[in-house]
Amino acid sequence: MSSLQDMKIATDGKNRPQTPIYLDYQATTPTDPRVVEAMLPYFTTHFGNPHSRNHAYGWEAEKAVEHARAQIGSIIGADEKEIIFTSGATESNNLALKGVAHFYKGKKNHVITVVTEHKCVLDSCRHLELEGFEITYLPVQQNGLIDLEKLKAAIRPDTCIVSVMAVNNEIGVIQPLAEIGKICRAAKVYFHTDAAQAVGKIPLDVDEMNIDLMSISGHKIYGPKGIGALYVRRKPRVRLEALIHGGGQERGMRSGTLPTPLCVGLGEACAIAQREMGAEAERLRSLRDRFYSRIKDKLPEVYLNGDLESRIPGNLNLSFAYVEGEGLMMGIKDLAVSSGSACTSASLEPSYVLRALGVEEELAHTSLRIGLGRFTTEQDVDYAVEHIVESVQRLRSMSPLWEMAQEGIDIKSIKWAEH
Amino acid sequence: MAYSEKLIDHYENPRNVGTLEKDDATVGTGLVGAPACGDVMKLQIKVGSDGRIEDAKFKTFGCGSAIASSSLATEWVKGKTLDEAETIKNTMIAQHLSLPPVKIHCSVLAEDAIKAAIRDYRDKHGNPAEKAAE
Repeated sequence: MSSLQDMKIATDGKNRPQTPIYLDYQATTPTDPRVVEAMLPYFTTHFGNPHSRNHAYGWEAEKAVEHARAQIGSIIGADEKEIIFTSGATESNNLALKGVAHFYKGKKNHVITVVTEHKCVLDSCRHLELEGFEITYLPVQQNGLIDLEKLKAAIRPDTCIVSVMAVNNEIGVIQPLAEIGKICRAAKVYFHTDAAQAVGKIPLDVDEMNIDLMSISGHKIYGPKGIGALYVRRKPRVRLEALIHGGGQERGMRSGTLPTPLCVGLGEACAIAQREMGAEAERLRSLRDRFYSRIKDKLPEVYLNGDLESRIPGNLNLSFAYVEGEGLMMGIKDLAVSSGSACTSASLEPSYVLRALGVEEELAHTSLRIGLGRFTTEQDVDYAVEHIVESVQRLRSMSPLWEMAQEGIDIKSIKWAEH
Repeated sequence: MAYSEKLIDHYENPRNVGTLEKDDATVGTGLVGAPACGDVMKLQIKVGSDGRIEDAKFKTFGCGSAIASSSLATEWVKGKTLDEAETIKNTMIAQHLSLPPVKIHCSVLAEDAIKAAIRDYRDKHGNPAEKAAE
């Protein structure tokens, strides 16, 4: 595993990393070297088109793709025939929502989703709205989880699909999938879940959880970028209309030649995750707890966004009151993290996910998302904590809001000129 | 986002961070921006008996560009009369720090902060022309 060692970040004599420490595992993950190794032969030696039926090149590639399909099915308790390869979770989400909605158009014109979904789900829904579908956007509670009673109340006779993400990409909270599945099955409504952030991190079982469609991403689980999958239940059969037409591959649901190396990579990533999930989750939980408790010990007025219990172990989303997120990121440039602050987004609006939790705008501007993963070490965590603490203290000492808070002035009592 | 060396220098070594006694008659305080927008600047000037700004301090809640803009503003107002300080424009700040287009509002805020501090000082002293004649 020498290549794994290479991934460790080299440090100079002063214990400063030469490249930033990667703490953004919810944005993407490095491809596991074992995955890369599994993929390599399919670029060169076994380069055949998996749809070629007439020669050994094709058969070899097809065998690899079908093996990968089984590996993907296995991690979510699905049959390999129920796995459709796509270009990634964005395409899977588009296919699930538009595919089902288009199939049932005219008979069932109502879709239910959640305000904190990923942009590709929300934007697909927005698109369906333009086509005449009606969408219900469920709110979330302060902890980021949906209220099951509100879901029950939102389901109508003309609802064709409910789409609720398994794990949120910003705050890492896990929605009550089994309960949602039960409600949907009882109401005879399809349940789709965007599991891009969940697969390989929490146990998932499509039968136990009554999930009818599930989106999977390669690059969030130490697999390659550019590949994903959609689980589509066969019993009872989920009907959907294809978005991409052509040679009728993937049971007609997604035409196009399969990228064999990427399929193999996604399969291998799933197999590794399935084997190591338990130990990895435990290790990450202990790193995460170390991170959080050390930050809280050293800094007052730090707030965790999203539920702590119902949360994947590799995520922290913290608001450091009175310190603006982007200003903070500039101070910790040795750390690769992400912020919910307006300044880091193209729209200049603070994170819609944090706003949906009821996090006040001023606190939304002060948030950092810290994503721990397979290659994060205890040393990384300690270094990161030390630098975040240092930077927050420095920026608070120059923050007029911190000064007011120390003087007991309520910043809400001031009439600010919004600009 | 790539920032200029000058901007990074002001962020890492901000000039004139601090607080002046806001009730002091020789001090003018400007507080601009809003927490909900992610930027708040407090800029204070202390005016000497010769009518020139002898000291300036700031505190800023905001991104690196906002911190650098206000740091630069305090540097520039020092030694100037109020009328001279009023001529500092956001474009000068933006140009000096090579602010990217999405950060121009930080320089606008810094200009507003200077103006607000001057206004506060003048409000304390009634007609500024009379005061200057004293």
